[in-house]
Amino acid sequence: MLNIKNLQAKIGEKQILNGINLKVNAGEVHAIMGPNGSGKSTLASVLAGREEYEVTEGQVDFLGKNLLELSPEDRAREGIFMAFQYPVEIPGVSTINFMKTALNQIREYRGQQALDAVSFLQMMKEKMKLVEIDQSLLNRSLNEGFSGGEEKRNEIFQMAMLEPKLALLDETDSGLDIDALRIVANGVNKLRNKNNAVVVVTHYQRLLDYIVPDFVHVLYKGKIVKSGTKELALELEAKGYDWIKSEATVA
Amino acid sequence: MNTSATRNLTAEILDAQQPFDVAVDSRKQAWEQFRQLELPTGKNEEYRFTPVTRYLEKNFTWKTDNPESTLSSVQECLIPQLDANVIVLVNGRYNASLSKISSPQSEVTITPLSEAFRTGHPAIKEHYNKHLNNQSDACAALNSAAWQEGVFIYVGKNTVVGKPIFILQLNDASQSQVITQTRVFAVLEKDSSVAVIEKSDTTGNQFAFHNFAEEWIVSEGAHLEYCKIQNDAGKVCQVSNSVIYQANNSKLNTFTLTLNGQLIRNNLNILIDGENCESHFYGLYLLTGTTHADNHTVVDHRKPNSFSNEMYKGIMDGNSKGVFNGKIYVRPHAQKTNAFQSNRNIIVSDSATINTKPQLEIWADDVKCSHGCTSGQLDEEALFYLRSRGISETNAKAMLLYAFAAEVLAPIQNETLKVYLDNLIAERLHKNF
Ligand SMILES: Nc1ncnc2c1ncn2[C@@H]1O[C@H](COP(=O)(O)OP(=O)(O)O)[C@@H](O)[C@H]1O
Ligand SMILES: [Mg+2]
Repeated sequence: MLNIKNLQAKIGEKQILNGINLKVNAGEVHAIMGPNGSGKSTLASVLAGREEYEVTEGQVDFLGKNLLELSPEDRAREGIFMAFQYPVEIPGVSTINFMKTALNQIREYRGQQALDAVSFLQMMKEKMKLVEIDQSLLNRSLNEGFSGGEEKRNEIFQMAMLEPKLALLDETDSGLDIDALRIVANGVNKLRNKNNAVVVVTHYQRLLDYIVPDFVHVLYKGKIVKSGTKELALELEAKGYDWIKSEATVA
Repeated sequence: MNTSATRNLTAEILDAQQPFDVAVDSRKQAWEQFRQLELPTGKNEEYRFTPVTRYLEKNFTWKTDNPESTLSSVQECLIPQLDANVIVLVNGRYNASLSKISSPQSEVTITPLSEAFRTGHPAIKEHYNKHLNNQSDACAALNSAAWQEGVFIYVGKNTVVGKPIFILQLNDASQSQVITQTRVFAVLEKDSSVAVIEKSDTTGNQFAFHNFAEEWIVSEGAHLEYCKIQNDAGKVCQVSNSVIYQANNSKLNTFTLTLNGQLIRNNLNILIDGENCESHFYGLYLLTGTTHADNHTVVDHRKPNSFSNEMYKGIMDGNSKGVFNGKIYVRPHAQKTNAFQSNRNIIVSDSATINTKPQLEIWADDVKCSHGCTSGQLDEEALFYLRSRGISETNAKAMLLYAFAAEVLAPIQNETLKVYLDNLIAERLHKNF
């Protein structure tokens, strides 16, 4: 589904990604871990199409298309979804009132009919249940005065609405208490199937108890320095990142 | 036409002086004030960014007789479904056949201003021309000297006017240039209440100058809802001097929407001369093309314990220019005043500009005042967020601009009016989805 080859990116004069290689197939869950500042959010943002980052090398193929050529909106329409680490506040725009536009523009791109108001509402109700989110939150200005948990739950609600093929979850567990974490993880799990894939960016093992990864990668200084299975996450939890750092430096 | 370098428009205007049908005692003094002030040049601090005089010199021959308009309907200038008293002035004349006053006399008096002078309404003697800024603004003085026609509104005490009053001022510049000088004079007696909507429109290809002035007396406990819509299609320069005087316990909501016109200057002066008053004044300017719109506002807290809240927002596109200047005065004995001001601007195109300046002059010590001015581009983070959900860049921009703008509609009470304004804003910002 996703094939990243030697991806390098910078912002201004600062090189951040230094040659990433990663393959994600349909039905898989990948976890990307690594110390702060190693480039995890940058990787997710570059894939989602954030324009401040300049890709200097490499290719990204997504379902047979050259992803790097597409605008952010076309990437979303092709099936990419990023749950933001820091969702932005948008005064005056509620989740409900932009979700309808988003969904219908995606449908139009795919040659599907626009949803009428009734079907949209019905779908919304369904997805609200899935992530245990309250309608009142969806009526409020986006992320304005939301708690950390509300922000993240709202991101997963949007993911549920848009039904992406590839979801990039950037630190979706940060700032969540254990109940909220469980709800968010359950939401993600219910949305998983053999046709889609999830890339989870996280610092901590604890999310991976709920969303169990098939592969774990460690990102350090803009490179994947180690890959393994879910046991690698446990090892990182026990030993920290220092041994990875020294291994990487030696290599 | 003379070249602007050699013209002295103030002198030309004074020379073109003619006797008026309606005798108004204060005209003579106002001419004198106009003579002394002279039309503002670029050296005048208050008009530094807004070259009204240069515009007039370049485009007008000063003569006071306007062509008769052949307009037979104003349907398209009205607000659909709004059940209102309608009073129409065309080219500085009252048009009886296009006007329709349906509220009973017992609720409100609405007449041409000339008629109120002819019949000698007592409110004129008591309040007329008491608060307008004739001493400081040449256009205000000129209006006091030379207004051609106007609207008189009088609401007796304890009276709620059921229907809003819609004042439509048209400049029909299809045959030749038009210079209109019109005036609104309104008195709300104790504990009365009324809503007014002022709309101006200019049609035709010739130039129009609309020098407007108004005085609103909001007596003790009275409540005024005021909305001004400037959406002139033609080549108009409009200068509008508005004074709203508030006595104890009065309430005021104003909303000023500027969408079109070539050169617009609004001077809105709110005199809070009472305790426990509440004033909200909101404004929105959505500018395109070469429109230049300048909002100068003054709120003058003269008595203690009152509250004012100002919020003006602007979006500048094309080659447009926006100007905002907001003055807050808190006089020495106006303790416990709460005064808030905010002016926020988004510049959409590289060639649009905004000049914004708050001016707080506070002589009292026990007050709460705040102000904030911002000017910038659209929030890139927010734009990316919406696009990352599959929304096109064009629609995401429209959505953000609309959300930014629509906030100022919040205090508008009349639902029909609100829907109308909302549609105007959505249309201007291309939020057609
Ligand atoms: N917009 C930016 N401007 C400047 N530096 C940035 C920007 N975004 C990220 N960086 C830098 O790139 C590096 C990687 O950041 P990030 O991708 O956020 O790491 P992570 O998500 O792994 O913590 C850090 O050193 C960070 O300071
Ligand atoms: Mg990060």
